[in-house]
Amino acid sequence: MLLEDILLKYPPSEEHLIEILLEFQTQKETHYISEEEIAKIASYLHISESRVCSTNSFYSFFSDKPRGKHIIQVCKDIPCYVNDSFNVLETLQKLLGIHVGETTANKKFTLETTSCIGCCDNPPAIRIDGKMYTNLTVDKIKAIIAEYRG
Amino acid sequence: MIEQKVITKRIGHINPLSIEDFISLDGYAAFKKALSMNRMEVIEQVEKAYLRGRGGAGFPAAVKMIGLAKESGPVKYIIGNADEGEPGNFKDRYLMENDPHQIIEGMLIVAYATRATHGYIYIRGEYDLCISTMKWSIEQATKHGFLGKNIMGSDFSFTIEVRSGAGAYVCGEEFALIESIEGKPGRTRVKPPFPTSRGVFNKPTLINNVETFANIPVIISMGGAAYAKVGTATSTGTKLICLSGNVKNKGVFEIPFGVSIRSVINELGGGAAKGHKLKMVQLGGACGPIIPELMLDMAIDYERFEEFESKTGAGAIIVIDERFNIFEILMKVALFFSHESCGKCVPCREGHIQLIIIIQKFIDRKATSQDLISLESLARVMHQTSLCGLGQTSPTAIISALRYFRDDFIDCIEFHECEENGQL
Repeated sequence: MLLEDILLKYPPSEEHLIEILLEFQTQKETHYISEEEIAKIASYLHISESRVCSTNSFYSFFSDKPRGKHIIQVCKDIPCYVNDSFNVLETLQKLLGIHVGETTANKKFTLETTSCIGCCDNPPAIRIDGKMYTNLTVDKIKAIIAEYRG
Repeated sequence: MIEQKVITKRIGHINPLSIEDFISLDGYAAFKKALSMNRMEVIEQVEKAYLRGRGGAGFPAAVKMIGLAKESGPVKYIIGNADEGEPGNFKDRYLMENDPHQIIEGMLIVAYATRATHGYIYIRGEYDLCISTMKWSIEQATKHGFLGKNIMGSDFSFTIEVRSGAGAYVCGEEFALIESIEGKPGRTRVKPPFPTSRGVFNKPTLINNVETFANIPVIISMGGAAYAKVGTATSTGTKLICLSGNVKNKGVFEIPFGVSIRSVINELGGGAAKGHKLKMVQLGGACGPIIPELMLDMAIDYERFEEFESKTGAGAIIVIDERFNIFEILMKVALFFSHESCGKCVPCREGHIQLIIIIQKFIDRKATSQDLISLESLARVMHQTSLCGLGQTSPTAIISALRYFRDDFIDCIEFHECEENGQL
């Protein structure tokens, strides 16, 4: 869906900025917002570009740099940490050949860490494109990534 | 059994996506009863129940209701806070995924009693399933005439919208949440004025955790006085506990206030996992105290938790066994808050960076007695001078560790001194 189409779904007032950024960056394959798009949103909502940038940079879900098609978020907080006997993050880094914060060369995956995602009852956990994967093992992670690789 | 299912009584017996299932088990009956009551009478029942906030701070729910009811003006808001970002907490997720209408019903009763006109449920962005479940449930409630204009033929009108967070823990703080609903970065405001007088869009606003709202229909159904008999004299009702970490059975359990932490861990959790020895427990989440094994007989109630000067009431119990040392756990906590600080006030923004530097010295066994003094004073300053609950409560883990695990700190310093003096 084009940015213009998303904008038209919302009344032109600042309170909808986060909803617009969420919907747009979820749908866009590179999951980020460019300078031109920031300008378009600002003009539609009648606010300054700096207001859009400020909100965009504040929230972890948003980015102003291109990201991979699939965003993998690894929980790094205590309930997962004390149940992570094999190191989820290292397993993923090795499997994908990238460090945290990086995107694979084929633009398929971006690896991020995240604050607790509330899956503490089934640790360790990761979130890929909004879907939770829990009770992870090395084999389970390999199978999940293989599925996304297609 | 130490469990007591009051707000989780329907869970497992209904399809959460079916409003008919909910109605067949007395759903919306309390709302109908409230509609036949005088508005002040509804608030009085909540007052008699002595219901306190379930999001962590434990503020009396009736006081907020009276505050909002007193405000005049045509537009007043109610917000259900489901920005559950505190590590180790997943009770709001459990409630929203398994009995979403109970939250809507609670919000409706509070809205009726306070003449609120519009509601939001602010759900953290990571909870995709909760967001779709709540949106669906609001649609169903609207179709069945529980939301909208002149509800059930009365003069009361109320609507609810879902708003999603976008990955910011601080938005669980009431004013940061309000800013976020307005489309802005989640940076808190200076209080007063409090939200009940000037909240979202500068209109009177009442914010409660969604678990608090889930208790309201129960209070109206059974009556405030009967509700107050559950739990202890000063902490009434039940609490959802999120048990996680190195424990056999993890999950959400509903218990009456007054049960000890040890019985939750042993009777419901089955004790420490894989034959390891329990070393410490973090209460409430990252913002809560870390206590040693010998303190586990402590009862779960607001008064006991207040000793830690922290908002430990959210309900997490994170069990940590002997394989982990206190410094790596404190580092995890400090890194979490350093990332989540909104950056508005200096003690919180700069304080966490310094905490990380000092804790790293303890991890590397390079700390001196001066580092211990700095850590202690920095934690106190942050607690006393930060603008919002985030910076005020983030040093709790450190302050409690300095009290209960002081030997670990001293050992570390002595090791370094010996090393410096060539005694090792």
